[in-house]
Amino acid sequence: MEKTYQRPVSLYKSSSGYCPGCMHGVAQRLIAELLDEMSLRERAVGIMPVGCATLAYTYLNFDTIHAAHGRAPAVATGYKRSRPDSFVFTYQGDGDLAAIGLAEIIHAANRGEKFSAVFINNSIYGMTGGQMAPTTLVGQKSTTAQGGRQVEMSGYPIRMCELLSTLKAPVYVARFALNTPANILKAKKGIKKAFTLQLENKGFAFVELLSNCPTNWGLSPEESLNWISENMIPYYPLGEYKTPEGSESRGN
Amino acid sequence: MEKLFMKGNEAIAEAALRAGCSFFAGYPITPQNEIPEYMSRRLPELGGVFIQGESEVASINMLYGASAAGKRAMTSSSGPGLSLKAEGISYLAGAALPAVIVYVMRAGPGLGHIMPGQNDYFQATKAPGHGGFKIMVMAPSTVQEAVDLTCRAFDYADRDRNPVMVLVDGVIGAMMESVTLPPYKKELPDKGDWIADGCRGREPRLIRSFILDALALEDFNKKRAGMYERWQREDAVVEEFMTDDAEYVIAAYGTSARVARTSVRELRKEGLKAGLIRPATLVPFPYDSFAGLGEKKVKGILVVEMTIPGQMIEDVRLGVGDRLPVYFLGRSGGVIVSPLEVKEKVLELAGGGRK
Repeated sequence: MEKTYQRPVSLYKSSSGYCPGCMHGVAQRLIAELLDEMSLRERAVGIMPVGCATLAYTYLNFDTIHAAHGRAPAVATGYKRSRPDSFVFTYQGDGDLAAIGLAEIIHAANRGEKFSAVFINNSIYGMTGGQMAPTTLVGQKSTTAQGGRQVEMSGYPIRMCELLSTLKAPVYVARFALNTPANILKAKKGIKKAFTLQLENKGFAFVELLSNCPTNWGLSPEESLNWISENMIPYYPLGEYKTPEGSESRGN
Repeated sequence: MEKLFMKGNEAIAEAALRAGCSFFAGYPITPQNEIPEYMSRRLPELGGVFIQGESEVASINMLYGASAAGKRAMTSSSGPGLSLKAEGISYLAGAALPAVIVYVMRAGPGLGHIMPGQNDYFQATKAPGHGGFKIMVMAPSTVQEAVDLTCRAFDYADRDRNPVMVLVDGVIGAMMESVTLPPYKKELPDKGDWIADGCRGREPRLIRSFILDALALEDFNKKRAGMYERWQREDAVVEEFMTDDAEYVIAAYGTSARVARTSVRELRKEGLKAGLIRPATLVPFPYDSFAGLGEKKVKGILVVEMTIPGQMIEDVRLGVGDRLPVYFLGRSGGVIVSPLEVKEKVLELAGGGRK
C-alpha cells in the first residue's frame, strides 16, 4: 500500500508537550516537512527562542541553537555570517520578537541578513502565563491587562509585517494564518518561498504566522481558530507585503 | 616575531587576529573604540567577519552565534556596555561557548566618565552575568602583556569552552609601548565534536543554556565548579616584585601596579623595604601569594586601586586572612593614582615621622 502521509525525518518521534490545540506543532511540522522536501535537514541550523517554542528541541531532528529572549536574529546573524553556506532560520514568538527583541529583528532585517525568520503571532505571552504582548489586540484580556488592552495605557498592537516592509533590504515579508487547512497550505508555500530565497542568497525573508493560544485565551481549540479569523485577521491582514518582484498581494 | 610601537587597544586587536580571531561584533563606547575600528579594517582583509551591532546586547549575541559555528570570536566594551553584555555572557557560560571579551574600564558608576578607572573589578570577577558562574579574567599591566594574555585568552576559552575576559583600564588601552607580536596562528583547535554545523552523518546537536532536569543542571554547575578549582590550582598568574624581604607589600593590578612599582623603587631608595604583588589573573586570583605573607617579615599590606571603595581589597583580605593588617589607597572618578601618594601612604603606615 502506498504511504501518502508520514512523520517527516526532520521531526523526532515524540509526543507533543504543547497545550491541546496549540498551533506551534503545526508550524514546526511545516518547517520539518520543508526541510525534508528541500533536502535541507543536514545543513540546517534552527535558532530557537525563549518561551513555548523552546520545547522544539524535543521535536526537531536537526541542529538547533537556543538564543536568549529576543536575541535569535543576532545569534542567527553571527552564525550565518560565520558559515555563509549553512541554511539558517529563526523561530520566534511575538513577545520574543516584537517586544524585547524588536531592535534585533529590525536591524537584522535592515542589514539584509541572509537567513529566514518565522514569526509566530498569537497575540499573547504563552509560556509565562498569558501576559499582554505588543501584539495583544485592543480590548483583548490578558493577565496584565485584565480588563482588556487599553490604548491609553498600552498603545496599539504592533504590526510587524507592515513595519518591516518599510525597510529596503528585506526581500520577502508575508503574513499567513494557521486557522484553516487552506491557510496552513498557503503558509507552507510562504515559508518555502522564504527558504528558497535564502538558498538563492537573495537576502532576508520574514514570514509571520497568525497562531493561537487556547490555554491563555481561555477558549477551546476550535473556538480559538475562529477567534483568529474573527479578531486577528481583520487587524493583521494576510498577504505578501514585500516580494522580490516588488509586487504586493494582500487580503487573500 | 615582529616588534612594533602600538597603542594598547590596537595591540589587543592585532593580538586577537594573530590568535585566530575571525569574528568580531561590537558597539562604540569610549575608551575602547580603537578595537572595533582596527577590527573593521583588518578582519575583512583577513577573510574574517566584522559587524557593528545595533547594541551591546545584539553584539554579544552575535558572538554566541559565531562561537556555536566554531569561530574564534571577540567583542570589546566598557562599563555601561558591559552591563548590557552581561545577559549574553551568562548565556555563553550556560551554553559552554568560548568567546573573548575585552573590557576597557572607565570611571563609573552609571555613565560616569570616559576617563580611566578600575571600577569594574567586582563586575568582572564576581558576577559578569546572572546565574552564578565564573569566567577567567586576565589583567595585563603593559601593552606587551595585553598582547600575550589576549592570545592566551583564546586558548583558555577554547580549552574550557567558557568565556574569558581581558580586563584593562583606559590607561593601558590608550598608552603606546613597543610590543613583540606573535606570528599568526595557523592551526586552531578542532571543534568538530561539539559545534552546530549541520547534522550530516551524525546525530543532531543542541546548543543551549537551559537544562530542564534539576539534577542535570546541578551536575553541570558542579562540573563547572571543578573547572574553577582547576584554574585556581593551575592557571593563576602573579608577579611578585621585591617581596622576599619586604616589610610593606603593595597589592595592585593594571595601571595601579605600574604606579606602585615606581613607588616601591622610590621607597627602597629611602631605605624602606617595600614590595609589590601584582595579580595578572584576577580569576583565578593568586590567593597563595597573599596567604604566604604571614610567614615573612611583612608588617602590613596596602591595596592600591583606581576605584572608591576598594574592590580587589576584598580578595586580598581573603588571601591574607587575619594574619596581617590590610590598608587601602584609592583614587576614583578618572583620577590616576600617583607614585608620590602611594609612597607617602606607605611611609605613613610605616610610622609617620619618616615622611
